Amino acid sequence: MSQALVIVAHGSHLNPGSSAPTYDHADTIRAAGAFDEVRTGFWKEEPSLREVLRTCEADEVYVVPMFISEGYFTEQVIPRELRLDDWDVADWDSDGLSADVATYTAADTGQTVHYCGPVGTHGSMTDVLVRRAESVTNDPDVGEGFGFAVVGHGTERNENSAKAIEYHAERVRDLDRFDEVQALYMDEEPEVDDVTDYFTVEDVVVVPLFISDGFHTQEDIPEDMGLTDDYRTGYDVPAAVDGHRVWYAGAVGTESLMADVVLERAADAGADVGAAIESVRETTRVAPGADD
Amino acid sequence: MLARQFDALLRAADADGGVEFDGLRVAREGGGDAEDGAAADAGGYTFATPAHEATGLSESELHAHAEGSPYVTNWYFWEREVQRHDSPRRAFLRRAEAADEHDAAARHEALGDGMVTEWGQLRIEATLSGDGDGSRRYDVRHVDDADRAVADLERHDDPLGARELAKYDYDGMYRPLKTGANMPTGWAFHGLDWRDAVETVETLYPATVANWYREQRGELDIDHWTDTTDRQTGIYGVVSELPREAVEWVAEAACDDSQCVKRREWQYSADDELAADGGTGAFPCREPCSLVIAAGRKWTKLEEEEPREYTFRLTPSEKEQIEGVLDAVADGRVDEIREADVYEDANRYRTRYLRAKLFDDHGNLGGVPTDPEEHHEAE
Repeated sequence: MSQALVIVAHGSHLNPGSSAPTYDHADTIRAAGAFDEVRTGFWKEEPSLREVLRTCEADEVYVVPMFISEGYFTEQVIPRELRLDDWDVADWDSDGLSADVATYTAADTGQTVHYCGPVGTHGSMTDVLVRRAESVTNDPDVGEGFGFAVVGHGTERNENSAKAIEYHAERVRDLDRFDEVQALYMDEEPEVDDVTDYFTVEDVVVVPLFISDGFHTQEDIPEDMGLTDDYRTGYDVPAAVDGHRVWYAGAVGTESLMADVVLERAADAGADVGAAIESVRETTRVAPGADD
Repeated sequence: MLARQFDALLRAADADGGVEFDGLRVAREGGGDAEDGAAADAGGYTFATPAHEATGLSESELHAHAEGSPYVTNWYFWEREVQRHDSPRRAFLRRAEAADEHDAAARHEALGDGMVTEWGQLRIEATLSGDGDGSRRYDVRHVDDADRAVADLERHDDPLGARELAKYDYDGMYRPLKTGANMPTGWAFHGLDWRDAVETVETLYPATVANWYREQRGELDIDHWTDTTDRQTGIYGVVSELPREAVEWVAEAACDDSQCVKRREWQYSADDELAADGGTGAFPCREPCSLVIAAGRKWTKLEEEEPREYTFRLTPSEKEQIEGVLDAVADGRVDEIREADVYEDANRYRTRYLRAKLFDDHGNLGGVPTDPEEHHEAE
């Protein structure tokens, strides 16, 4: 029986870069060859969430949401648009961080749909945050002498969003790799504006837990942290701020290792991904280590 | 005909029912379940096309008949390469060579010169590979580039490369709607096999093949305006409040052929058709898209306002100029108006002149404030 992977994401009517990470990760997974088909669907682009399933020939479809946390999109919009008529959020049996998979029949196509939890709350997302730090510092061993900040929206719109930030900050802390680790928010304390107040070490890597680069990660956060007065003029990496060197990484979702999280979600849901996880982990490694 | 194609034909002829496809009939006489070659020799093969029929053939005689027959390579292409019976992809590829209208031999002839179909702003030309095996090759490009040589176009091979080239219009602006009638020109996918041809179309116009196929089978699941807006939640929940008459204007504004190459099949509701023209597109639009819903939210909020009476004094030409500016913007003609063409209502100098004359220091047309309260305060 053939199996398809469908990565669903928000997309944008205004920002052409919004879909880029989703396409990139789909391409990485396609190249790894674990699925007969790898497709992408969007809330704001095409194919729409409503019509993406009918673009797959496979009977068995694994749907992985490119979203940071459990909430409105993963619990209401996506299952409704995919016509998972029997969807009940209780089927995920989640505490806000632990959604894994629930399986339904799509009402229009009759396909078996394994609806997975969002990438943002998967444990392997922590590895991507760390990999992002390696990428932005161009150092596969970065950690000692460095602080690490994970940045999120905050609870204003969705309390699970802050839970995801705390969860990964805690996990990075447990690695005992960085000297200091801090969760920061855009719209509540501790605020990303005061990033340097929360670190004693000089070098701080800042990684926003966002799926794609856009207004928040490219304009708001760089200006809020004082990396630049005007995002249009750009900023240095690292940038000197209040006696610190801030290594601003941009959206974690653009990191190529994100493809691994998507695969892990599908594998956890029962997809046969063969050696794809190992192969993706290998092909997305940070360049300095690639020649070893 | 390649050796493996004849082998496949033999196997199919020996199997139950033999081959019966697109005018070709090949079978072993006296049933089809012989367990050894002797039975085949005894019964012999039948090879039939609309033009002739031969019976009692030995394997080598069958080979002689099959050799060079377009019916055989046609059978192989569809039944051994494409396969996928009852699938959108197969149906789409059959459409590309009008397979339901023309016999295999006629198509073989026509494919030699190339058979052209259109799909939105795409021109798809099906040809034969030239290897004598009947496999097809496809050229996909913008309809406006029909007469251009491949060498003059930006050549692409990877269907996924279509994502980037269709992301921006000719002026470099982001295209939020993949079926928008502003596909850029100047590129070509050439020499694609059938898989990549379908994939290229899928990338440029996602889900259009699947929806067209459903429509062909009478199974298109249309969600009308009320269906789609009633299921919206969050910030789009409000869209269902847009008045019925405004939905006409939405369809006229956004879903016209000049804006989108899909053919609008959704109506206000299942038993309430819109008067606006649905268009002539090759493939259907089965529900208001996300762009229409997002714009519909803005229109819903705008339609909540009550009209007011304003009094402006305009010369007849000024009234007509305002109408002309609206037309030019709505028809996307502003960029075509030459700088010194002051005969055009939407010419920049003409428009700046009108603004200099009619606006007060606060940007109010004719010095009339938008909100009357504001006027009193100003006084």
